[in-house]
Amino acid sequence: MVRIIDRRFDSKNKSAVNRQRFMRRFKQQIRKAVSEAIHGRSIRDLENGEQISIPARDLSEPSLHHGKGGVWEQVFPGNDQFSTGDRIKRPLGGGGDGAGKGKASQDGEHEDDFVFQLSREEFLDLFFEDLELPRLIRTQLAKVTDYKTRRAGFTSDGVPANINIVRSMRGALGRRLALGSPWVARIRELQQALDEALARGAEDSEEVRGLREELAALRARIDRIPFIDRFDLRYNNRVKEPRPTTQAVMFCVMDVSGSMDEGRKSMAKRFFMLLYLFLTRSYEHIEVVFIRHHTVAKEVDEDEFFHSRESGGTVVSSALELMRNILRERYANGQWNVYGAQASDGDNWDNDSPVCGRLLGKEILPWCQYFAYVEITAGEPQNLWREYTKLEAAHDNFAMQRIESPADIYPVFRELFKKTLA
Amino acid sequence: MKTTRPRTRDRAAKAPLPSGSEWSVEAIDRYNEEIARVAAHYKLDIYPVQVEIITAEQMMDAYASVGMPVNYHHWSFGKHFLATEKGYRRGQMGLAYEIVINSNPCIAYLMEENTLTMQGLVIAHAAYGHNSFFKGNYLFRTWTNADAIIDYLLFARNYITQCEERHGEEAVELLLDSCHALMNLGVDRYKRPPKLSLAKEKLRQQEREEYLQSQVNDLWRTLPAHDVRADARGEARFPPEPEENLLYFVEKNAPLLEPWQREVVRIVRKVAQYFFPQRQTQVMNEGWATFWHYTLLNHLYDEGLLADSFMLEFLQSHTNVVAQPPYNSRWFGGLNPYALGFAMWRDIRRICEDPDDEDRRWFPEIAGSDWLETFDFAMRNFKDESFVAQYLSPKVMRDFRLFAVVDDDHEDKLEVSAIHDDAGFRKLREILSDQYNLGAREPNVQVWNVDLRGDRSLTLRHTPFRRRPLGEGTDEVMRHLARLWGFTVRLERAGEDGKVELVHEIRGETTRPRATS
Repeated sequence: MVRIIDRRFDSKNKSAVNRQRFMRRFKQQIRKAVSEAIHGRSIRDLENGEQISIPARDLSEPSLHHGKGGVWEQVFPGNDQFSTGDRIKRPLGGGGDGAGKGKASQDGEHEDDFVFQLSREEFLDLFFEDLELPRLIRTQLAKVTDYKTRRAGFTSDGVPANINIVRSMRGALGRRLALGSPWVARIRELQQALDEALARGAEDSEEVRGLREELAALRARIDRIPFIDRFDLRYNNRVKEPRPTTQAVMFCVMDVSGSMDEGRKSMAKRFFMLLYLFLTRSYEHIEVVFIRHHTVAKEVDEDEFFHSRESGGTVVSSALELMRNILRERYANGQWNVYGAQASDGDNWDNDSPVCGRLLGKEILPWCQYFAYVEITAGEPQNLWREYTKLEAAHDNFAMQRIESPADIYPVFRELFKKTLA
Repeated sequence: MKTTRPRTRDRAAKAPLPSGSEWSVEAIDRYNEEIARVAAHYKLDIYPVQVEIITAEQMMDAYASVGMPVNYHHWSFGKHFLATEKGYRRGQMGLAYEIVINSNPCIAYLMEENTLTMQGLVIAHAAYGHNSFFKGNYLFRTWTNADAIIDYLLFARNYITQCEERHGEEAVELLLDSCHALMNLGVDRYKRPPKLSLAKEKLRQQEREEYLQSQVNDLWRTLPAHDVRADARGEARFPPEPEENLLYFVEKNAPLLEPWQREVVRIVRKVAQYFFPQRQTQVMNEGWATFWHYTLLNHLYDEGLLADSFMLEFLQSHTNVVAQPPYNSRWFGGLNPYALGFAMWRDIRRICEDPDDEDRRWFPEIAGSDWLETFDFAMRNFKDESFVAQYLSPKVMRDFRLFAVVDDDHEDKLEVSAIHDDAGFRKLREILSDQYNLGAREPNVQVWNVDLRGDRSLTLRHTPFRRRPLGEGTDEVMRHLARLWGFTVRLERAGEDGKVELVHEIRGETTRPRATS
């Protein structure tokens, strides 16, 4: 009578749809919570999921029920001191839900936040939603094109491994039928004549012998039609199609001079961490060049970029020079989308700032799709900012933003890389 | 626990059931077999049992769709899923050991993580206790149809998915939101609804759509010309009698709903109706199931089939389930239905088997009767409200040390109105019974009138129970109703002195829900 069914290996995520609907519906609140959550994060755990909390009242499901007030008469267990007619002070805390008295269960409304866990994917999706590299050109065929092979019917030429037997045999059969057909018709006539002659009893007559000879000759001709011929062969055809890919390179230029104190460096690093995460997540083929500089600039790898502690004075132009050189050497063939992001406190050696402006304006920006400058400073704009302001007017592929506190990082990042409608 | 009975005789007769904490399908099968045998011995009448083993995640899925194996999609289920998942992952809350579905066959979900003892307990509790209650109790028999519910939910999900494809997810979601807000006022409390049947539903759906639409149109088409307005004062109201089932009224009469929207309203209404008996029989049902797992397993133990280790673990869980913290404990969360129900059923058995003078005075008709027959009668013919009114004995009240408190917002102090003494028993029982009366627990709001000749506005009337006002969220609910109705909706309150005042008004026209199509 009993049936035991093991459902453990059945599909698990029956509620996935409901979960998605929930996420979609409360996207606004969740996104807000996500951007708030990011402030408290260290660089390393940026990529983990996140605990999100949104106010419970935003997602309440209303219903008609009794509120506080009126007369409530209720039964409680565990009487230890009361007798009939006792009058008790109302417990503190309003309508009396302290110590279980009053009507605790009726109200059922509390304003606790609704807390839940976002998975890493969901978190990052929300995090980088609607962001993109501006002006990315997607149509060019890059040098390192990747190919995709796809079927393209059949050819009459190819390697034996690709022979398509069915097609080949079908072709051969058709050819044999076609080539043999005039003789087959003639054979049929002759056979009929022969049968008639035999029926007449003219076994040894000239006519019968002649018919037999002709029949034999025709049959021999049909037999000589080759069973399969070279031009029956058909080969599966596969063509390689070049696929347009984007080639992009992002230059990350970070100031690590002595004037960048620990807080500023950490903000700069967070900014680049976001950028790096965004690039590696959203774009499959992208090269990132890390440049750090104080008085001299150096191309470093990812690990050193984020974690090295080397420091010194400030000559910003050194970094831009290095960037220009690398650009010329490796990415100058016109097939690269070039992006740059620079973070500094803007505190440059005075004579150097005009040099920077010139370098950037004349030798870098013309080759760039987009260049973003982020100044990390709480006070007055520094000389580099003033210098760059001139560029901003002249070049529409140049953007600059200021970050004053860690809370600005994410908004500034969104501002710089927000999706623009083409 | 009755461990004193001699239990050596049976020992050799049968091999004891497997013990230890790891379960296997064979072990579950054997437990089920023995429990079924004992259940038959006690004449429990049940639907066939289908035991399904699921993982914790699947249990959370089941939680999210209100325990049903299939349900339509809605964000609120996702919200519940997230809440459960969070609580479970952080170890703040355990999952229920089982979920049992009122269907034929009766489906009991067992969680993979349970120990063998828990599986045995759960089988006895759900697959025999709840199962027999579902099959026997009059509320379940009249209000739900165990044969059809799964099929109906399947139909509902497919229908709503189709609607989403045709009219857009958002339109359907908004509609469902509105229906859910009115869900607890979407049941027939006193009128028995017709039984569900999948075949009939499908067959009639088309017909119903057309018919309903024509009905609604008729209602408005016959609007007389304006000159008749003079004697409108004496006109009969529409509906002639107040209607308690708001969703029903909306489904049949809302002027602007499209046929598919009416069908969705109907689906929500049917689902609400399905859960209606469960809300009214919590004490009875849980108490019944608890009584039976306790009795069945003890019977097996007395036969020598269960190991002592099994009993120890079982008794520990059982004790946790039926614990009742006193009112001043920090664990107190209201009367525990398991504890109260279990105590009452046990007490009924005691009254039947071993009555004292007090019992004879209070329960002359059942004292000394055959307990199985009395049980069967009580299980079949009562709901919480009447069950308490009928069977709550002085002994249980004394054991629980029950007392009643009046909280009147016109008084500055609370008053103890009755305690567990001779003078208070009857009063206490009455108050507790009232507490389980759905009419007292939920506000009494009914459709009062539709202004057929004027602006088509819908008026609801709230008759407060003991001056209790409506809680927060009422405004929101009214907005949802206005969305369904499409015109102005009002909420009136009828005071004790017969005075009627307007409490809420949501102006219509702008709130019309139009399908995107």
